[in-house]
Amino acid sequence: MNIDQQAEALISCWSCKGPCPQASAFCHTCGAVQPPGQADHFTRLGLDVSFEIDPGVLDSFYFNLQRGLHPDRFATRTPKEKVLSQAQATAINDAYETLKEPLKRADYLVHLKGMGVFPEGCNLVNDQTLLMESIELREALAEAETRHDVEVIAARAADDIATCIRQLSELFAADDIEGACRLTTRLKYLQKLAEEARAQKAKMN
Amino acid sequence: MANLLQIHEPGATPTPHEGDSGLSIGIDLGTTNSVVAISTDGKPEVLRDENGAALVPSVVAYAPDGSAIVGGMARNLLLDRPDSVVGSIKRLMGRGVEDIKSLAGTLPFDVSPAEEGETGMVRLNVAGHRLTPVEISADILRALKKRAEDHLGHTIQAAVITVPAYFDDAARTATKDAARLAGLDVLRLVNEPTAAALAYGLDKDAEGVYAVYDLGGGTFDISILRMEKGVFQVLATGGDAALGGDDFDHAIAEYFLDERAGKLGENKLTGSEVKMALMTARLAKECLSHESSGEWVLDVGGKQSRHRLDRQTFEKLINDLVGRTLKICQSVIDDSAIETSAIKGVVLVGGSTRVPLVRSGVESLFGKAPLADIDPDEVVAIGAALQAEALTVGSDTLLLDVTPLSLGIETMGGLIEKIIPRNTPIPVAKAQEFTTYQDGQTAMAIHVVQGEREMVDQNRSLARFELRGIPPLTAGAARIRVTFAVDADGLLTVTATEDSTAIEAEVAVKPSYGLSEEEMAAMLYDSMKNAKDDMTARLLAESRVEAGRNLNAVRSALNVDGDLLDGAQRDAIDAALKALQAAVSGDDRDAIEGAAEALENITKPFAEKRMDRGIRAALRGARVETLDSEASNG
Repeated sequence: MNIDQQAEALISCWSCKGPCPQASAFCHTCGAVQPPGQADHFTRLGLDVSFEIDPGVLDSFYFNLQRGLHPDRFATRTPKEKVLSQAQATAINDAYETLKEPLKRADYLVHLKGMGVFPEGCNLVNDQTLLMESIELREALAEAETRHDVEVIAARAADDIATCIRQLSELFAADDIEGACRLTTRLKYLQKLAEEARAQKAKMN
Repeated sequence: MANLLQIHEPGATPTPHEGDSGLSIGIDLGTTNSVVAISTDGKPEVLRDENGAALVPSVVAYAPDGSAIVGGMARNLLLDRPDSVVGSIKRLMGRGVEDIKSLAGTLPFDVSPAEEGETGMVRLNVAGHRLTPVEISADILRALKKRAEDHLGHTIQAAVITVPAYFDDAARTATKDAARLAGLDVLRLVNEPTAAALAYGLDKDAEGVYAVYDLGGGTFDISILRMEKGVFQVLATGGDAALGGDDFDHAIAEYFLDERAGKLGENKLTGSEVKMALMTARLAKECLSHESSGEWVLDVGGKQSRHRLDRQTFEKLINDLVGRTLKICQSVIDDSAIETSAIKGVVLVGGSTRVPLVRSGVESLFGKAPLADIDPDEVVAIGAALQAEALTVGSDTLLLDVTPLSLGIETMGGLIEKIIPRNTPIPVAKAQEFTTYQDGQTAMAIHVVQGEREMVDQNRSLARFELRGIPPLTAGAARIRVTFAVDADGLLTVTATEDSTAIEAEVAVKPSYGLSEEEMAAMLYDSMKNAKDDMTARLLAESRVEAGRNLNAVRSALNVDGDLLDGAQRDAIDAALKALQAAVSGDDRDAIEGAAEALENITKPFAEKRMDRGIRAALRGARVETLDSEASNG
């Protein structure tokens, strides 16, 4: 089994035709850009699989990868290299966009760790407590008449979002995927609410 | 064992091997004026005419034989031969006949009705010719290319061309098509505000979060970027692809014409008369940007009328237009999730930012005096030239741009399902799964739109993609994975695969406002009749690039695994390398291709030996591990 994996992890470089590790972005021999291959978003960016991410580290890893792989580096190269660089840069952007925001990151991490249990990510619509809370906040927003009313709700949502992210961090650290899934659903409701509050405030301008 | 992705240390990334690339230029293809610039050793230079003028008016005059005059001379002909002269053509790029109608006849274009079998692209009647905006833009690009070639004394093949950030897919494609017609390879379409930011970042060492407010002749863009250590990351962008200084001219012209109608009891004006009124209005606008009032004479149809205008009235006329740009700024700031106070500076781009009301509006919205250290008319071309050099010679700077508009598909009831939201970094790809609803169904149509609204008819139709060749299965059994990819130029491609059979479906594109492949081919053919050499040169350059890659690959392999070869084998490969190297320095494309094929053939056994060695080494490593784990398990 291990032997198969090892043999599979080696591909033939499309350019120099020699052996090249499948997970490498560039051929070790001739330096040609390779197809992006399969990797989870954390691994692709060189990060540990964890909810806890330092945004500065995320940015600098992302920029370093794009510096080498962005299509702008391949503007005068062969068509094949252009296609591969676009595929690489696309995969890196996808990973970055997913991991940058706490909500998307949480959703992805639940999916990654709870594969099979939560195939669609987190959307626990049948949780009554969550549902009631969401309806309550929505009603409050609908009844808000002044800019101040909306700001109060927005501030509460912002507080709740911060708490929710903190708790998510703890649950992921404790490997409580089911609990994390529940909180991720709550975070979805809260962010939607915050967004609606922002839109309402913009209308009141 | 986890497959770890290799991360290269900054600066240790494999450097691109030298490409066979000459100098390339940066072009700001503007609504009112265009500018061409070139950068060498990081020093950009705007190319000027003998009078020192950088701006080439984006105006084309056509002779009855179809030959074109571009620039100031064409603009001077506007008054004498208005039916043969076209300006502001950028406003029609990627637009359909309906779009023009909705602009309510204020545009001075003579639109020709679409003929049977033509796509929705607008066609204009000019000097007895039926021309598309793509062809007219190509004439402007040819003139800019020629200015650069005259300046440098040799031919130019490649360029970075800037487009408004808010240009949709159709307008971007039209721009790229125009470049192809003009015999220019587009290295990259760069968004105008991003190019301006690049010029500021590199020249003025600007670091931090900046906004770029770009009000040109016909388009408005606002981008918010983070600039840090050579990385230019666009956080959010927005705009209006049909709002610019032209609209200021229209507002003044309408004011003058209303006044004139009151005085002279005159009513309908011809297209050429409107052109003259607009020209006078433009002069008034430019004057009122530094004077407090003035007087102008409209001499149309043999009748003269005098019109006074002061700055206060002018500002009243354009107040709503400027207000629209500021409203868009506010929503882009919201999108970027950046506090206005955290924006370090606002860069002004575009000639229309000379209007004092624009400057004061920007200043009060952002709470700081805007920057205009680099000439707002030239800054975009300078950024384009810097990027052109970066793309051909190499560079450490990195431009990370985003999609300006959400991309979606039409679903049941004319609703839209968003596939790629606006402000997503490009390149990007998103896959969506579809299925068939009839037994044996082999084709399917997907309507792609661009825009932020809920309903299909409120957004801009991009194209209808027809998937054919879906394997006939029972209804709902086929799993068709459609991938929507936006490349670094902001252009969309759609591919489709049936998952259960892995059959690639054929995707036929019917662009809503673009040129069809056939139309483009015909135009290229017409332009290539005079440029056959150009085509040959292009193909030769492509073969050289490919050969360069091949030479590098084989030499690298020899460095690492050369010991696998015996003397005779090594000599044979060395000879083939030498032959290809010699062919590359010649001008015979067939010779290069032939030598490349010979090298490919002679290195085949070598490649096999190398793979063999690699796998053996990997197996050896794995076997040790397996034994270890078996030992610990047992």
